[in-house]
Amino acid sequence: MITTTHIWQALEEVKDPELPLVSVVEMGIVRDVQLAAGSVHIKMTPTFSGCPALDVMQRDIAAKVRALGFTQVTVETVLHPPWTSDWIADSAREKLQQLGITPPIRHGGNLIPIAFLDVATCPRCGSTNTILKNTFGPTLCKSVWYCHECQDGFEQFKAL
Amino acid sequence: MNTNHQTALAQKLLFLADDELILAHRNSEWTGHGPILEEDIAFTNIALDEMGHAATWHRLRQELTGEDVDTAVFFRDPAAYRNVQLVELPHGDWAFSMLRQYLFDVYELVHLAQLATSSYRPLAEAAAKIRVEEIYHLRHTAAWVTRLGLGTAESHQRMQTTLDTLWPYAQQLFVNLPEDEALGEMGMAVSPSSLLEEWQHLTTTHLTQANLIIPTNHMPPTTDRADHTDHLTSLLAEMQSVARQYPTAVW
Ligand SMILES: [Zn+2]
Repeated sequence: MITTTHIWQALEEVKDPELPLVSVVEMGIVRDVQLAAGSVHIKMTPTFSGCPALDVMQRDIAAKVRALGFTQVTVETVLHPPWTSDWIADSAREKLQQLGITPPIRHGGNLIPIAFLDVATCPRCGSTNTILKNTFGPTLCKSVWYCHECQDGFEQFKAL
Repeated sequence: MNTNHQTALAQKLLFLADDELILAHRNSEWTGHGPILEEDIAFTNIALDEMGHAATWHRLRQELTGEDVDTAVFFRDPAAYRNVQLVELPHGDWAFSMLRQYLFDVYELVHLAQLATSSYRPLAEAAAKIRVEEIYHLRHTAAWVTRLGLGTAESHQRMQTTLDTLWPYAQQLFVNLPEDEALGEMGMAVSPSSLLEEWQHLTTTHLTQANLIIPTNHMPPTTDRADHTDHLTSLLAEMQSVARQYPTAVW
């Protein structure tokens, strides 16, 4: 008998296409899993609205649940409450660090001071002697920084 | 919600979607042509974000009208588009694109804060979501306004010339239309004119700090969102060409 717990576990294997080590569950993208009379209804929420990986994630989530033997699977996109980077789990923050990406600061709903804070910790050496080079990096969710200690650039996952 | 309100709301969503979509398309024209690689990537990502916002508004409209999003975007003629003329003007030089995006970003932030309190819940939720993302747009474009305004004599001159051109166009964003009255009664959306004061205060403060002189011409070239320049026709011809040539294509 497959329960919602099994579905959540299976979804841990669905990775964010732009962050291959991190799952859609750890990212806080999957908001709800409902199982009733053999059909599964999943609610997901977009990180950044313009994220080109959203459709891929929606397909991957549906495919993963079908692979468990369910034929009736719907994946609904919800905008409320809006996704916040505070939902990124600690496990995912460690993986971001391993990927050389500084995880976002937890802001507890007070985003503006964080969005304008010109400090990010270098993921290589831990120095805060860094400078923002660009608010928009190679993908929407990342900004680009320069570490004066390493004399090299790095990326930060933006707080949202 | 009666039919009148529903029609007005669908129109409002079309205004929101068309402004974002056309601006996103214009900005995307910089992809591969940005002044430096980092800016090329940054501005492309901003364009992508606006495209995502346009899609969000279109999906809300689809819930009301039943019109498919792709049909609305790719099979609607220029005369049926309802964007302001500000966003359809050619991308110009870097100063032009940065300043246009800046003026629009401030408008969006002021507007979205109000829409987030809409009595129509899907609209309020979408506005709240989009608003936090716009914080980063404004941070980016406001920095460019300062950089170019206080930069070299040439960059300053280009910014001032652009500001003189864009300022009247930007005023069209604050023109009240017949739909706004019906929506105001229902608490679904505020009238555009009520946003002008805050927009003007924010932009004037920042532009003045960048040594730019606020133009005295506040008359928009048109007040009718059905009224377009020829630039929109050529933009849509390009944007819609693939979809119209292969209407059954899927990707
Ligand atoms: Zn370092």
